[in-house]
Amino acid sequence: MSRLAAGGRIDRTRPIRLTFNGTPYRGYEGDTLASALLANDVRVVARSVTYGRPRGVFSAGIEEPNALVQVGNDTMLRATQVELVDGLEAIGLNGRGRLSAEPDTGRYDKVYAYCEVLVIGGGRAGITAALEASQSGDRVILVDEQVELGGRLLGAGWNDWLETSLTALRSQPDVRLLTRATAFGQYDQNLVLVAQRRVDGGRLWQVRAKRVVIATGAHERPLIFANNDRPGIMLAGAARTYVNRYGVAPGKRAVIFTNNGSTDAGAADLKRAGIIVEAIVDVRAGDAVVDTGGDEEGLRSVVIAPLTGNGPRREVECDLLCVSGGFNPTLHLFSQAQGRLRYDEGLACFVPDAPPPNVAVVGAAAGDLAGRGQGTIMPYWVVPSDGREWSTHFVDLERDVTVADVRRALGTGMRSVEHVKRFTTVGTGSDQGKTAGINEAAVIATQLGQPIGAVGVTTFRPPYVPVSFGLMAGRNGGDLFDPIRVTAMHPWHVAHGAVFENVGQWKRPWYFPRHDEDMEAAVLRECKAAREGVAVTDASTLGKIDIQGPDAVEFLNRMYTNAFDTLKVGSCRYGLMCTVDGMVFDDGVVMHLDPDHWLATTTTGGAAAVLDWMEEWLQTEWSDLRVRLTSVTDHWADVAVVGPRSREVVAELFPKLAIDPQSFPFMAIREGETAGIPVRLHRITFSGELAYELWTPSWYGLALWEAVMAAGEPLGITPYGTETMHVLRAEKGYIICGQETDGTVTPQDLGMSWIVSKKKPFIGQRSHRRSDTARLDRKQLVGLLPVDGEQLLPEGAQLALQPNGAVPIKMVGHVTSSYRSAALGRTFALAMLQRGRERLGSTVYAPLNGHVVAATVTEPIFYDKENVRRDS
Amino acid sequence: MLIPCPWCGEREEIEFKYGGSAEVNYPRDPEAVDDATWARFVFFRPNPKGKMTERWVHTAGCRRWFTVVRDTATHDITPA
Repeated sequence: MSRLAAGGRIDRTRPIRLTFNGTPYRGYEGDTLASALLANDVRVVARSVTYGRPRGVFSAGIEEPNALVQVGNDTMLRATQVELVDGLEAIGLNGRGRLSAEPDTGRYDKVYAYCEVLVIGGGRAGITAALEASQSGDRVILVDEQVELGGRLLGAGWNDWLETSLTALRSQPDVRLLTRATAFGQYDQNLVLVAQRRVDGGRLWQVRAKRVVIATGAHERPLIFANNDRPGIMLAGAARTYVNRYGVAPGKRAVIFTNNGSTDAGAADLKRAGIIVEAIVDVRAGDAVVDTGGDEEGLRSVVIAPLTGNGPRREVECDLLCVSGGFNPTLHLFSQAQGRLRYDEGLACFVPDAPPPNVAVVGAAAGDLAGRGQGTIMPYWVVPSDGREWSTHFVDLERDVTVADVRRALGTGMRSVEHVKRFTTVGTGSDQGKTAGINEAAVIATQLGQPIGAVGVTTFRPPYVPVSFGLMAGRNGGDLFDPIRVTAMHPWHVAHGAVFENVGQWKRPWYFPRHDEDMEAAVLRECKAAREGVAVTDASTLGKIDIQGPDAVEFLNRMYTNAFDTLKVGSCRYGLMCTVDGMVFDDGVVMHLDPDHWLATTTTGGAAAVLDWMEEWLQTEWSDLRVRLTSVTDHWADVAVVGPRSREVVAELFPKLAIDPQSFPFMAIREGETAGIPVRLHRITFSGELAYELWTPSWYGLALWEAVMAAGEPLGITPYGTETMHVLRAEKGYIICGQETDGTVTPQDLGMSWIVSKKKPFIGQRSHRRSDTARLDRKQLVGLLPVDGEQLLPEGAQLALQPNGAVPIKMVGHVTSSYRSAALGRTFALAMLQRGRERLGSTVYAPLNGHVVAATVTEPIFYDKENVRRDS
Repeated sequence: MLIPCPWCGEREEIEFKYGGSAEVNYPRDPEAVDDATWARFVFFRPNPKGKMTERWVHTAGCRRWFTVVRDTATHDITPA
């Protein structure tokens, strides 16, 4: 055991059991997995990713490149960051972790937080900054990645100062202290994302701060020499932390290798803990560690020689080598926020230059390395290789990248630090090269004979630490992934076995299978009911925009291709809308309710886009029009009663209403009431049959639906879903925007010139005269009847004029809708076909996987061409 | 990115929808312009690095369209 008899911030009265690679060990509350393993003399924690070399604990924090472990489903944790909990089972990584196939059962959530000052880093500088900011009454949030606040001070014996300062901070009303919370991304206008570790999960904080104070400290960096990766080789500051904070002696006989003054205090602490310091090898005194010796268990000795090269070499036995090559201010977030860095020759590190607006950097992060005791530093990076290869001079321990790799990259002619990074993968490990990045630049600079400042560093990108997908998703998984919209009648549909389809965020009944019917059988039955008897569907998801104001009719005239000034109150009209390029955008029915009051329906998926579009024109181009728009999509439930016997159902429900064809003709609107439910009735059809759309405020939706079902029961009223709706409308050649159209289709292409006014201006009108939209060889809407009436063309199938030929065959169109028709007793389709209207009666071919389907081109209407049924 | 809605104040970008350049004027009389002029209005949009005058709509809020000047390189936003 290497646990010291006393000292440290661990609680010796609370022992904790753990297993590592199956072997049981003991630690204490306050330990990390790394400190517990060191206390139990476990030196080899993992094996490196490429060479499989044994690796041990290298650091005492987030920068750890070596001691990677798997705990449960977490595949790549740093032993230096894993808190001990009773029963912890950890496995050292042998190269890579193993992804679990099990879902992540952790609990994650998100918090949006706002403050005047966000301080990142809870060390001396951060606590001081937070205290200062809190004096003015500002809302302050202080985040720190560790279990307790204090940063480096926790391992440096500053306990009294810490206690006093934290007490003062906690007494402030608007200060929020977050521990185990790592700021991992800083974005525009001081949005900072913070990942907080919690028991069995985590919390994502999205913090907006007026000012951000970066107090992230500095990471110590190693020196590079041959065999610098053995277990037992550790950052000097880390060794000191293990002694002071965790009460662990990370070795018995130590050598210290340094180029700066920070190791002085550490050496004293090690000695006080009873560790024999065999040698202090100081580059400033002209000496270096040129190689190390050891075995599978790690470090056994170091070889020391003068820097001048030819002096005497001596080998010193030891089991701990503490290395310090200086400090790198932790400026990842600063750089993400577009702060600029500059290389400081005196400090031998990159320091903040021009900070972005409302960002300050303080403490070691700002280059104030006095607190780390750096003192005089002799910039030094790579110990020469003693005439051998550079293949054990590790630059990036996690990625197993050596000086030899960097030299190879430079040998191919690469010069940019970014290119070398991509070629060698240096800095691309899960540690993001926290101990390797600047050393990479230094190796390049040394090799090329350039100043480090000119080589620069690679771009710092979020996330600063690995962040799990679970944390990003938070609660937004499963049913909470996206809002689910349901209509007022949804409970009825569920109770009656509807199969649902997603239409945008809406759940719409797709079909209502009876017994063990499949979809095809159900849809044929539903279609037959609508064509021969009476059927009913829930059309509530249609987008609905309430339009009011004295200029409403002028507004509608400009928005739609057709005119509305002749539409009387109490009537509706189908309307088509284009974008400025003349292409069909959306369609729907416009109802005239009162002189200055209209209501427009949109496609289910287009509702939000149409409202934004209308508002844009109204607000930016036509601000003189006195018109106001409101979305009322969710306010109205819409029960469509469809079929030759629908009139009987409506008569039963509204006995006082005159509903003969003359009193209530096609496209008329009437008001009524049934069983105390207020209803607006519209003779609109999307099936081509006699049909009524019954609108009621959503509150009454379910009651109205049930009333319709009861009234229709003697007639065998049949509920149907979106699939039957699609078949019925396709039989009539009614388009669906977004199915027949794709943003490249004009009304003329659809054969809908009849709806394009020549008497008034509308959006997109001018584009219909452009040479491209007026081309004669554009794709036009046609019908298709497969020659074999059993064959169903797949939607999206391409069409050719020949059944075969040299590949590539010229494609002249594509299938947009394709169904089996109960009314026709066969399959049929709609398609967009080049010069389609000239090809009526000819045959086109759909080459599919392994076979070709031939189809006859027809008019895009298959049923009741004279509209007798609609108008009956 | 925070976007200043003139009605609601600064709100997160996700509440808004982008409306593109505010400097593409709808021709006063579309029928009077030639194909090239019309095509320029329909298809050509500025794409500067730097300050751009553009429209946004506060879709998840007050639904107002408004114009701001945004620096496309820094996301600094100033009122138009």
